[in-house]
Amino acid sequence: MKKQFKGVLASVVTAGLVFGATVASAGSHSAETIKVGVLHSLSGTMAISETTLKDTMLMLIEEQNKKGGLLGKQLEAVVVDPASDWPLFAEKTRELLTKDKVDSIFGCWTSVSRKSVLPVIEELNGLLFYPVQYEGEESSKNVFYTGAAPNQQAIPAVEYLMEQGVKRWVLAGTDYVYPRTTNKILEAYLKSKGVAEEDIMINYTPFGHSDWQSIVADVKKFGSAGKKTAVVSTINGDANVPFYKELGNQGVDAESIPVVAFSVGEEELSGFDTKPLVGHLAAWNYFMSVENDANAEFIKKWKAFTKDDKRVTNDPMEAHVIGFNLWVQAVEKAGTTDTDAVAKAIIGLETPNLTGGIAKMLPNHHITKPVLIGEIQEDGQFEVVSETDGTVAGDAWSDFLPGSKDLVSDWTDPMNCGNYNTVEKKCVGAVAAK
Amino acid sequence: MRPTSIAIRHWVFAFILSLIAGFSTAVHADEAIFQGGIENLLAKSFNDKTQGAQQIAESGDDRAEQILKALLDRQLFSTKSDKTLVFFDKDTDATQAKQVVSGEILPVTDVKSLQRIRTNNKMRGVIKRLIANIQLSNPDPVKRLAAVKEIMGKVTSDQIDAVKTLSESEPNAEVKREMETLVQLSELQSSDEDVVKAAIIGLKGNMNQQVRPKLEDLLTSESAEIAASAKTTLEAINKKVTWYGHLETLFFGLSLGSVLVLAAIGLAITFGVMGVINMAHGELIMIGAYTTYTIQHYIMPNYPGVSLILSIPAAFVVAGLVGIIIEKTVIRHLYGRPLETLLATFGISLILQQAVRSIFSPLNRSVETPEWMSGSIQINEVLSLTLNRLYVIAFCLVVFAALFIVLKKTSLGLQVRAVSQNRGMARAMGVKASKVDAMTFGLGAGIAGIAGVALSQLTNVGPNLGQSYIIDSFMVVVFGGVGNLWGTLISGFSLGIANKFMEPYAGAVLAKILVLVFIILFIQKRPRGLFPQKGRAADS
Repeated sequence: MKKQFKGVLASVVTAGLVFGATVASAGSHSAETIKVGVLHSLSGTMAISETTLKDTMLMLIEEQNKKGGLLGKQLEAVVVDPASDWPLFAEKTRELLTKDKVDSIFGCWTSVSRKSVLPVIEELNGLLFYPVQYEGEESSKNVFYTGAAPNQQAIPAVEYLMEQGVKRWVLAGTDYVYPRTTNKILEAYLKSKGVAEEDIMINYTPFGHSDWQSIVADVKKFGSAGKKTAVVSTINGDANVPFYKELGNQGVDAESIPVVAFSVGEEELSGFDTKPLVGHLAAWNYFMSVENDANAEFIKKWKAFTKDDKRVTNDPMEAHVIGFNLWVQAVEKAGTTDTDAVAKAIIGLETPNLTGGIAKMLPNHHITKPVLIGEIQEDGQFEVVSETDGTVAGDAWSDFLPGSKDLVSDWTDPMNCGNYNTVEKKCVGAVAAK
Repeated sequence: MRPTSIAIRHWVFAFILSLIAGFSTAVHADEAIFQGGIENLLAKSFNDKTQGAQQIAESGDDRAEQILKALLDRQLFSTKSDKTLVFFDKDTDATQAKQVVSGEILPVTDVKSLQRIRTNNKMRGVIKRLIANIQLSNPDPVKRLAAVKEIMGKVTSDQIDAVKTLSESEPNAEVKREMETLVQLSELQSSDEDVVKAAIIGLKGNMNQQVRPKLEDLLTSESAEIAASAKTTLEAINKKVTWYGHLETLFFGLSLGSVLVLAAIGLAITFGVMGVINMAHGELIMIGAYTTYTIQHYIMPNYPGVSLILSIPAAFVVAGLVGIIIEKTVIRHLYGRPLETLLATFGISLILQQAVRSIFSPLNRSVETPEWMSGSIQINEVLSLTLNRLYVIAFCLVVFAALFIVLKKTSLGLQVRAVSQNRGMARAMGVKASKVDAMTFGLGAGIAGIAGVALSQLTNVGPNLGQSYIIDSFMVVVFGGVGNLWGTLISGFSLGIANKFMEPYAGAVLAKILVLVFIILFIQKRPRGLFPQKGRAADS
C-alpha cells in the first residue's frame, strides 16, 4: 500500500493535481508474479500518444494471463506515470528496476525520453522495449527497438516519391533530435542520388508551431520552380493540424505538392479535421486498414478491451504487440526472466506481425518490418498505395551519415557490441560520438 | 432527346479533344481505345490504371469527363462479382449504382459487393490534367480558367497548338490572357529567335509562377539580345513580385498579430488592469476552444458555421463563469501577494489541463472549419489572402472595440477603472470592490474564452492549447504597457509584424528568440512598456 501511495504522491507533485489518472500498480503483489513495467506518460504533453500504449500493454498482459501466464506464473503490470517529463523517465525507470523489481519495461515515446532512460537501464541492467519509429544511431545492449529505424520508414518513403517523379524536396521538421537526425540522413541520401543542393529546402519550427503562413508560402514558392516538389514532414504530431490547414487554405493540394509524414498516424488523425489532409501520404509499418485476419482480430480485441467501437489502432501499438510476443517467447525459451538470458534468447526469434509478415529480432536489437506508404482518407484511415516486397531489416547505424556508416551493431558473440567500427575493427563503446 | 446545340458542342469538343490528345486523324470517338481504357482501369497497377484514364480521355467518348471525374471523386467502383465498372455515390444513394458502359441501373444490396477503383497521388495529378484538357472548351469560363491553370507548363507541343486555336476564339479576357501566357511560355523554348523575343515582350510584367524560372533559363541564352531582353523583363517582374511579397508578409504579420492580441487582450484586463498574474489564462482560452468543440460536436453537429457563431457568446459565458469561480475561491484571498497568486494560478492551470484530459481524452479534438472560412482570396498570381486569417483579423478588431466600449462607456467599466486606480476611494464612493473584482476577472476570462473560439479555427484543440499562448500573452501585455488596452493592441500587431518580417531571414525558431531578446532589452530601457500608465495611481 505504501508503495502505491508514494507513486501517486510523486505524480501529484509533478503534475499538480491529477484527475482520474490511473497511476497505481494493478493487481496484488505476490512473489508468484512476473512484473512488467509500463513506462508511458499518462499526463502532460505526450499523454496524447502514450496513454494508448499503456492500454495496449494492459490488454496484452491480461490476454497472456488468460492463456495461463508465463512460466506458470501470472504477469503483473506495474504502471507508472513519467508525466512527459524527461528526467522523470529516468527516475521512474530506477524506481521500476530497484523498488518494483520489474522483469522488463515497455515504454517511452520521444527519443529524448529514451535517451534519458538509457544510462539507468544500462547501469541497472534492465530490459526496455521501445515501440516508436526513431532516428536510429543507437543500439544498446538493454534496449530492443521494435519501431522503425530510418531505413524502414524515411528512406523507403523518399524512394517511393522519387518513383513518382519528385525532383525537389522540402524537409520540414520540428526542432528536436528525431527530425534533425532523420533530415541529416535524408539529405545525405538525396545527395547520393544526385539531387542538387538547391533542390533541397530544410526548415525547422519550434514545438507546437501554429503560424505556418510564411513557411507554407515559402514551400509554395519553392515548388513553383517547374520541378515536381514534395514535402517530407517530420513535424511533430500537434503542429500538423495548423500546417495542413494552412496548406489547404493557400491552395496547395496533395496532387501539386504531396506531403509525406512520419508522425501522423490513425490516432493523431482522429483528432484532426481530415478534409485538408486527404490524399497526402504517410509512411508506417502498419496501418489499421490493412486487410488481414490477424489485424482484424487485433482490432476486434482492442475495441472490446477499450469498450469503444470508434477506437483506432496504430503503428506503435503493433510494435508493442510484436515486442511483447517476442519477449514472452524469449522468456519461455530461456526458462527465466533474467535479463542476460532473455536478451540472448530473444535474438533470432520470430513472431507474426499484424500485416501478414514475420517480425524477427535481429542481432542489432532491431526487427524486420514491411514498409507501407498510405494515402490519408476522409475517414481518418490510410489507403495503402505502395508496400515493400517482404520485410526490411532495421539498420541501427545509417549508411548515409559519415559518422556512422562504418558502424555495425551485433549483440551476439563474438562481437557483442552495439557500435563496432568495421574500419578500425574495434568496439567504440556504449554510445558513439555524434 | 438532347437539344442540338449541346450535341454540336459535344462534337466540337470531341474534335478539339482529339486534337489536344494528339490524335488529329481520329475525329470520331474511338470505341476500341475507350474499351481498352475501361479494361485498364480494372487493372491492379496504378501505371495501368493511369494509362486507362489516358485512353479514355483520348477516345473522345462523351462519357470520358464523367468517368474521370468519378475517378477523382472516388465514385467509380467495380463489382466484385463480374468486374463491371459502375458509378456509385454512397452519400446520395447507397441503394443503386449506374453501369459505366451500358448506363443500366444496378441495384446495390451490399456496399461490400463493390470495390472502389483506387487512385494514387500521381494518377490523380494526371487525371486532373486530362479533365482540364477536356474542360478547356467548357462553356463555363470559371472552369476554363481553372483548366488552363491546371495544365500550365505541363503541355506537349500538340496541345499548345490546340490551346492557340482555342485562345483565338476565347471570349473571356482573363481566360484568354492565361491561354496566351501558356502559349508564350512554350514559345520561349522556340528555336526561332524572333518568336522568343516576341514571347519575352508578351510576358512583360506577367507574374505567373511559371514565367520566372523559364526566363531565368534564357539568361544564359546564346543570343545576347535575348539574354538582355529576358534580363530586363525578369528584373521588372522580380521587382513587382518582391513588392507583393512584402505585402504578403505584412498580411501574415497582421494575422499573427491579431492572434497575439486576441490571446493577450483578456490578460490585459486580469493582469493589466487588476494586476493579477494569472498563469491559468491560457487554460481559459482552452476552455473557450473546448466550448466550441462541444457545441459543434454534441449540440449541433451538422452546422459548423452556425455552431461557430453560437460558440462566441457560449465561450464567453463558460470561460467567464470559470474565471469568476477561480476569483471567488482562490485569487481573492491572495490579492497583494503576487508570488502566491502566480503559484496558485499555475496550479489551477495544471488542474484545468488534466480535467480536460480526463473529460475529453488527452487526444486533440477536431473542430471543423465552416466552408465560408476555408480557402483564400486570390488578389493576383503571387498574392492571396487566406480567408480564415482575414476573419480572425476582423474578429480581433471587433472584440477589441467591444471591450473598449465596455470599459469606457458602461458603468461596469467606470467601476473597474475606479477600483483599479484607487481601491479605497472607490469603496468610499459606494462601489462594491469585491464584486467588481469578480466581474472584472470574469470579463477578462470571458474574453480569453472568445479568443479560444478563434484559435480553434487556426490550431489544435487539445489540453496543451493554453500553454502555447501564455508566454506570448504576457509578452504582449508587458511590452504594450500594463494597464493600457491600446498598448496591447499596438504591441500585439507590431510583434506579429516584426516576427514575420524576420522569419524569412532568421527562421521560425530564431525569429521568436530575437523578438524575446528585443523585448527584454526594451523593458530594461522602459520598464513600463510602450504606453505606460500615467498619474498618481500608476506610481503607487
